[in-house]
Amino acid sequence: MEERPMSVKVEDKLFLDRFRIDEEPHIRIIDNAICLEECEEQPCLYLCPANVYRLEKDRISVAYEGCLECGSCRIGCPHLNIEWRFPTGGYGISHKFG
Amino acid sequence: MDESFDVAIVGAGPAGASAACGLAEHGVKTIVFERGEYPGSKNVSGGVLYGHDLAQILPDYHERNCPIERNIVESRIWYLSKEGGYSLSYRDRSFSEERKFNVFTVGRARFDRWFAEQARRRNVLVVCGTVVTDLLQDHRNTVVGVSTDRPDGDVYAKVVVLADGINSPLAQKTGFRPEPKPHDVALAVKEVIELSEDLINERFNVAPGDGVTIEILGEVTQGMDGVAVIYTNKTSLSLCIGANLADLAQRKIRPYEMLEEFKGHPMVAPLIKGGKPTEYLAHWLAEGGYDALPELSGDGFLITGDSGMLFNALHREGSNMAMTSGRMAAETIVEAFKKGDFSRKSLHGYVSRLQDSYVIEDLKKYRRFGPFLLGHHELFTTLPKLTSYAAREMLTVDGVPKKRKQQTIWREIRKHISRFRLLKLLWDGWRSVR
Repeated sequence: MEERPMSVKVEDKLFLDRFRIDEEPHIRIIDNAICLEECEEQPCLYLCPANVYRLEKDRISVAYEGCLECGSCRIGCPHLNIEWRFPTGGYGISHKFG
Repeated sequence: MDESFDVAIVGAGPAGASAACGLAEHGVKTIVFERGEYPGSKNVSGGVLYGHDLAQILPDYHERNCPIERNIVESRIWYLSKEGGYSLSYRDRSFSEERKFNVFTVGRARFDRWFAEQARRRNVLVVCGTVVTDLLQDHRNTVVGVSTDRPDGDVYAKVVVLADGINSPLAQKTGFRPEPKPHDVALAVKEVIELSEDLINERFNVAPGDGVTIEILGEVTQGMDGVAVIYTNKTSLSLCIGANLADLAQRKIRPYEMLEEFKGHPMVAPLIKGGKPTEYLAHWLAEGGYDALPELSGDGFLITGDSGMLFNALHREGSNMAMTSGRMAAETIVEAFKKGDFSRKSLHGYVSRLQDSYVIEDLKKYRRFGPFLLGHHELFTTLPKLTSYAAREMLTVDGVPKKRKQQTIWREIRKHISRFRLLKLLWDGWRSVR
C-alpha cells in the first residue's frame, strides 16, 4: 500500500473539539469482505477528515467517536458499503464556535 | 410526544429558524427539531452572513443583540501558486457606513442559537437533542408528520419543512430528494484560529469591529477543483479549504494535510502567526448549482436552504438563500392554511416565489460555473504556476530587457498550454459567469 507519510496528526486537531460520545456507533461497515476483496481504491482511508477509517490486518476499523459528521464516507464509498446515520440526539460533536 | 402541530420543521439552522419566525408571526403552531445539543452545535459555514436577507425576517436584528463577529468592509480574491500569488481587493467606505452589515461574519454556534431564540420568543417550540429519523406518510404518500429518536416520538403536522442541511440521512432514507453524488459536493475542513483583536486589526488593516474576507483559488487545493477562504472574526480567523469530493477520492489527498499545507503558504502563514487553533470542523458545500436542484416541494412538505442544495458557489452565498427560502416557505404555508390545502399543487407557490427571486435567478445565471471549474483543472495546476512565473520574471530586476522577458514568458506558457486551450478557457470562463 502506498501510504504517504503523514505530516500532521489528525488527533491533535480532533483534540480541539468537544464530543459527547454515543455508546452506540452511528457508523457501520455493512460487509467488511467487500472492503478487503472488492474495493481496490478504499477512498474512505483518505477522504475522511477525521481519519475515522483505518486499515487493519483483516478489516477496516471505524473510530466513529471522532466523526465530524460530514457524511463524505457514506456517498464516497464506491460500493455504498457504509451505513451512516446521525448520532443519537444530543450526541456526537458539539461546535463551540462553528 | 403524541401531539399535533400545524408545522414541523426539521433543523434549527438559518433556514429552519427563518421559517419558524415567519410562521409564528401568523400564529401558526410550529415545532422545530434540532439534533444537536443546542441550535448551531452541528452547523458550520465559512462564516459570512447577509444583513439584507436577515432584516427581511428580523428588521431589528441589531437591537436584538445579534452576535456579529465583524462587519466586512473589504473583499479580497487571491490566485495562488505554491510560492506566491496575486491579490485583488476591494474596500469601500459605504460598507462601514450606509451599507454597514451588508456582509458580516458570525460563529454559527452562537448565531444559530440566537436566531432560534428569536423564534422561541414568538412561541415556537424548539426541541433540541432530537433526531428526526423518518417522515410519516398517509396512504396517498402525503407527508403528515415526523418520527424522532425519542420514545413515542411521532409528531403529526399539516406541513413538514425540511431544513436539515446538505448531509441528510433522512433524504437518503425517505428519498424526499436524491442523495448527492461525490461530484455534487465539495468537502471543506475548517480551523478556527484564535488571535488577539488588536493583532487582527493590524494584520488586516481594519478599524475595530471591521473585517475582511479572502476567497482563494489556485494550487492550494493541490490540483483539485476547490477553494479556500480566510475570514476575520472578532478574536479569531476562520480558515477553510475544500475540494470536490470526487477529486479528493480520486487523488487520495487527506483534507487535513491540505489544510496544514495551506496554513504554511507564504501569504497565509504571516496572517495566522502566533495564533492558537481552537476548533476543527468539516462540512459539505453544494457544488451542483441549478442543474442539481431537487424538486423543492411535494405533498405535505417543502425543502429549504442547504437541504435543497441552494448554494451559489461563485459568490459563496448560501446562508442568505437559506434564510430567504425559509421565509418564502413560511409565506407559502400561511397561504396554504388560508386555503386549507397542503397538496403539492398548493405548496408549489414556494417554488414560484423562489423562481421570482434572486435565489433561482442567480443559480440559473451561474449554472455553467461548476462544470467550468470541473472541466478546467488547469485553473488549479498549470495556470497558477504559469501566472506566478510571469509575475516573478517581470518583477525581477536583473538587467534582462523586458521585451526578451516577455518572449520567454510567452514561450513557457505556450509550452504548457496551447493557444486554443487558453482561448477556450477564457471563452468558457466568460460564458459561465456572464
